[in-house]
Amino acid sequence: MTLFHYLHRLGDDRLILGHRLSEWCGHAPILEEDIALANMALDLVGQANLLLGLAGTLEGKGRDADALAYFREAVEFRNAQIVELPRGDFAFTMMRQFLVSVHSALLLERLQHSTHADLAGIAAKAFKEVRYHARHCADWVLKLGDGTAESHLRAQAALDDLWRYTDELFDVDDLERQLAADGIAVDASMLRAPWREQVTRVVDAATLTVPVDCFMQRGGRTGRHTEHLGHLLAEMQIVARSFPGAAW
Amino acid sequence: MVSRTGLTREALWEAVAQVLDPEVPVLSVVDLGIVRHVREVDGTVVVDVTPTYSGCPAMLVIERDIVDALHRAGAAKVLVNTVYQPAWTTDWIKPEARARLRAYGIAPPSGLASQGEDLIPLRRRVDVVACPHCGSTRTRMQSEFGSTACKAILSCDECRQPFEYLKAI
Repeated sequence: MTLFHYLHRLGDDRLILGHRLSEWCGHAPILEEDIALANMALDLVGQANLLLGLAGTLEGKGRDADALAYFREAVEFRNAQIVELPRGDFAFTMMRQFLVSVHSALLLERLQHSTHADLAGIAAKAFKEVRYHARHCADWVLKLGDGTAESHLRAQAALDDLWRYTDELFDVDDLERQLAADGIAVDASMLRAPWREQVTRVVDAATLTVPVDCFMQRGGRTGRHTEHLGHLLAEMQIVARSFPGAAW
Repeated sequence: MVSRTGLTREALWEAVAQVLDPEVPVLSVVDLGIVRHVREVDGTVVVDVTPTYSGCPAMLVIERDIVDALHRAGAAKVLVNTVYQPAWTTDWIKPEARARLRAYGIAPPSGLASQGEDLIPLRRRVDVVACPHCGSTRTRMQSEFGSTACKAILSCDECRQPFEYLKAI
């Protein structure tokens, strides 16, 4: 049952972030980036589908990935708050994607050695995808930070606004500690140092400034979310809830 | 050995090899390397398939096509099983399949996916990708993402044509 909860967290992070990215479809500043954002969204929703699917199988109550994605309320979601924040401008979207992708790549790189075979396999697949995302987003952080005065300003503002939401990604509770001790999960607190190193390297090269650590916002892992998640779910879930079991 | 379906191992593989990737219709699912095993268990043909990308929408179509192909070959009961380990890599695409890909206008993956590199290199290793139209290596990355999850878009400075590239992963 503890693994079910862990898979929930991993799956929800990817589902919600994937949905946020999909909002850019048809709205990105250039065609290439429109395609990139939609492709990254597809990878993330695909990963969520596998993780929530496995969660549903382990739960054994007949809930599949769709049931978990479309028929849970905001308080039942376990994603970190950073992924549910509104997409903002292009700089905000890219900066968030960069910060979260680096975290995700570091996590999945380790999780592919999980003693749980299915989880290890899903992680190995997802790691390749997310490493590609992280590199793509790092390019944009460099371009925006070391670009025009306007792009620099927006990239720095995005980084400053997002910083207080980053620490939650490294929270570990008893459940995760136990799973990590069993070799199934990864102790997320171990990712803090390598994450900081990777992020600092890119942010420095982009002529941006790593914000000073301040109050850190958290709560998503225990179901306490920002008001934005409810609005996102309303849009994401309405078709499935209006026409349950619909197929097309 | 006589199997309960009356089909040999070779016949089963041959049937599965008829199934083409709906997005890249010059490659079969066997060429791609996503079919890991085909075996018979108590009269049911079990096919182990591994996904290319987590969210690849073609996987559902591929599963259905595999079932249809085996039914046509005479197997009554077919089960397509998804396996995740080892994770798919473009390294599994064989040389003759790469040549067919090139002839179709898609540049095959350049180099091996497994080459070690920093997680986020500030200076990227630039893969040399030859243009599938004219063979020139004077090509440029145009878009890191393309029409499907597995492709990127490049352009050739020699023949001035854009082309798709199957990313090495």
